[in-house]
Amino acid sequence: MDLHFGDSKPTDDERAAVDALLGPPESSWEGAARDEMRAADLRWARGGRAARDRRDLLLPGLHAINDRIGWISEGALDYLCRRLTVPPAEAYGVATFYAMFSVKPRPATVLHVCTDLACATAGASELCAGIEARLGLGSGVSVERSPCLGLCERAPAALAIKAGDPVRTAVSAPATVHGAVLAASAPDAAPQEPPAAMAVPQAGDPSLTLLRRVGVVDPASLDDYRAHGGYTALRRAFELGPAGVIREVTDSGLVGRGGAAFPTGRKWQATASQPDHPHYLVCNADESEPGTFKDRVIMEGDPYALVEAMTIAAYATGAHKGYLYLRGEYPRALRRLEHAIAQARARGLLGDDVLGQGYAFDIEIRRGAGAYICGEETALFNSIEGYRGEPRSKPPFPVEKGLFGKPTVENNVETLVNVLPVLTMGAPAYAAIGTAKSTGPKLFCVSGSVARPGIYELPFGATLGELLELAGVRERLRAVLLGGAAGGFVRPEETDIPLTFEGTREAGTTLGSGVVMAFDDTVPLPRLLLRIAEFFRDESCGQCVPCRVGTVRQEEALHRIVDRTGAAAADDIALLREVGRAMRDASICGLGQTAWNAVESAIDRLGAYE
Amino acid sequence: MTAIPLGVPRRLVEFTIDGQEARVPEGSTILDACRAAGKDVPTLCEGDTLRPKNACRVCVVEVEGSRTLVPACSRKAEPGMEVRTGTERARHSRKIVLELLASSVDLSTTAQVAGWIKEYKAKPDRFGPDAARLGEEPKVDNELYVRDYDKCILCYKCVDACGDQWQNTFAISVAGRGFDARIAVEHDAPLTDSACVYCGNCIEVCPTGALSFKSEFDMRAAGTWDETKQTETTTVCAYCGVGCNLTLHVQDNEIVKVTSPHDNPVTHGNLCIKGRFGYQHVQNRD
Repeated sequence: MDLHFGDSKPTDDERAAVDALLGPPESSWEGAARDEMRAADLRWARGGRAARDRRDLLLPGLHAINDRIGWISEGALDYLCRRLTVPPAEAYGVATFYAMFSVKPRPATVLHVCTDLACATAGASELCAGIEARLGLGSGVSVERSPCLGLCERAPAALAIKAGDPVRTAVSAPATVHGAVLAASAPDAAPQEPPAAMAVPQAGDPSLTLLRRVGVVDPASLDDYRAHGGYTALRRAFELGPAGVIREVTDSGLVGRGGAAFPTGRKWQATASQPDHPHYLVCNADESEPGTFKDRVIMEGDPYALVEAMTIAAYATGAHKGYLYLRGEYPRALRRLEHAIAQARARGLLGDDVLGQGYAFDIEIRRGAGAYICGEETALFNSIEGYRGEPRSKPPFPVEKGLFGKPTVENNVETLVNVLPVLTMGAPAYAAIGTAKSTGPKLFCVSGSVARPGIYELPFGATLGELLELAGVRERLRAVLLGGAAGGFVRPEETDIPLTFEGTREAGTTLGSGVVMAFDDTVPLPRLLLRIAEFFRDESCGQCVPCRVGTVRQEEALHRIVDRTGAAAADDIALLREVGRAMRDASICGLGQTAWNAVESAIDRLGAYE
Repeated sequence: MTAIPLGVPRRLVEFTIDGQEARVPEGSTILDACRAAGKDVPTLCEGDTLRPKNACRVCVVEVEGSRTLVPACSRKAEPGMEVRTGTERARHSRKIVLELLASSVDLSTTAQVAGWIKEYKAKPDRFGPDAARLGEEPKVDNELYVRDYDKCILCYKCVDACGDQWQNTFAISVAGRGFDARIAVEHDAPLTDSACVYCGNCIEVCPTGALSFKSEFDMRAAGTWDETKQTETTTVCAYCGVGCNLTLHVQDNEIVKVTSPHDNPVTHGNLCIKGRFGYQHVQNRD
């Protein structure tokens, strides 16, 4: 590799931002000024594996620049590339992949205003217009319309990010024009977010399992966590040994909660038995499915639970390094987890000798930067490795060749925290919760037209009607979206659908990640479908043709028929069906394969254009 | 005597394609097996000298037990697999892929695609006159080759050829995302400000003519490009001792393009700037 750099130089701030992450440059090859260095250093360069192995620092490096300056200039990108021995063209490809980065100058403050489903029904478009009128050119704030920010229980939502040292963030939700403008112009002075427990209407209910500690423990206190049963599951894991843990998890019937419902025990067993080493654990906390916010609430309200659960998963699968890939739009979850991991490390619950058991494990947080596709497991690996977040083709599967080409177990946040009750209760007691095929408790993200939106914990098998009643569904319900943008709509009277993987499948819909979004008739259904189509068009990575162009054609057709019904829409609906079928059949990954689900269900189940 | 490398003996994998028994060496793809069986499966992003990227999805086939269609170019044959290449389901996806591409990209110089569009009865016009297209202007920023990204199907072949699979120059990458993704050098700069070494190995693998010799681009613009009048002569490059094969494309006694045989066991179709573009002295008649 013969790297070529342009003449652009980084500013002092940009250089400082990169050096704060990577340390000062070790030689002039890495971008140190020649006069600063001893002559001997000029002949020294990191090469071969030592240079290539730092590629995964590219994304953190881009974050460092973007956090400090607000955008990524040519000089800054070149400097980062020099430091990491990355070709500038590839780094440019990575930087332009993520929605939260800009390679063009922009104001230091970016206000992300959510215009996705839950926020749209809560008046996001008027909010946006109001904010844009107040924060025009020259205001020092760039207003960007954003996909779901994962704050659906407090819709409409806005997130302000003010670049600097350190970067400042503020959330305004439920947002008013005044509140959002205040958050953007003075993030430090903006009112604090309500505690995470506010998103849990059942908080404090002793019958809860997964949400038991949310609102009860101090999320910053490890002692409080331990006083409430924390780290008993890890002790139990050490008693059982890795094979015993996997047996318990397999017997519990736990399946992945991210949407694909793959048996967790089988995944762990498959990874643990791989001869290739090292093994990696990846926690997928890139929760970006519109309407999903359960992982955020767990991470904000009970962060040590995730740290403990990751430790158990890694112990069982023979991993000594865990990556927590956290959505870039979750600043509070980031702070809480950083604190929790540091505390756990200081107290010997992470590190070279976890709990004095001679087992080494540590967790590194990696932030996403605004890409729904990075929730796809193999796209997430590419993102961590410093490449564009494009899905890989499977096989080979992650258990065989995952992160850095090594056997990797990847689990969603909710899946992992379920491991704690599996171990503390024992597999039989856990499996007794829920139904025979869907065991355990499940978190549901209820938002939209309900009196008490938030995260609800119910045993699998509760019906849609029971959940909606719990959340206080409002009058004039028009439709319910299950599973988010990649899920499907059901009719308001289909309240007896059992909320299990098999029950929703039988009803011809999906549980997905547990999104239950209720819509009344204030926002016309075709507008919602158009927003879903826009979402997929924006979030398609562009790798395969069916999704890259298909999502564009889908949006165009939905745009044409947004005010049409019956025969006037029939041709475009036929076109949508044909394109949708090819997207489902021929796309590389789940994004393209599900991009037509919600639209199809709205047409067939709800008669959206009749 | 030339030593012929035999390689490690490979076991044969037995499976069926369209009901017929197929046997291919372990590690072969479904596409390899289809071609060996004389079955025509269309491909666009597949390259004979590159690892399959399976981005275009025009080669999809049905495999028994698989929820989705699978790309023939990259899925390895497995024992007992039941592959069907011509089902309605597979043909439907191929048709849509062709329609999606033809409605957004200029495929006028893509080999074979016109025949497939006819064969699959694809109608790219049905997305209407307002269907979004790439809308790119040709980038003419150097004397050697032109990048006309209006013709780009984003097959990633040029990126792979420039990167770790062949040239290791890493001058280009995919930038942006989704429908706005484009092949670009850093900061979308002109090629002359980039790491490009003008080996032209990206042109060699480009399936659509998005990358072409400046000579070809100019002649097409002038309407004088005529492949029926061209001869191809394969010779040995005279510049250095490696001995790369050059195929000189000659029209009206002028070299108009240089390619290299992909089956050359040493270079696999790759050249350097001298072999690819340094032919002017041959036709200097003053």
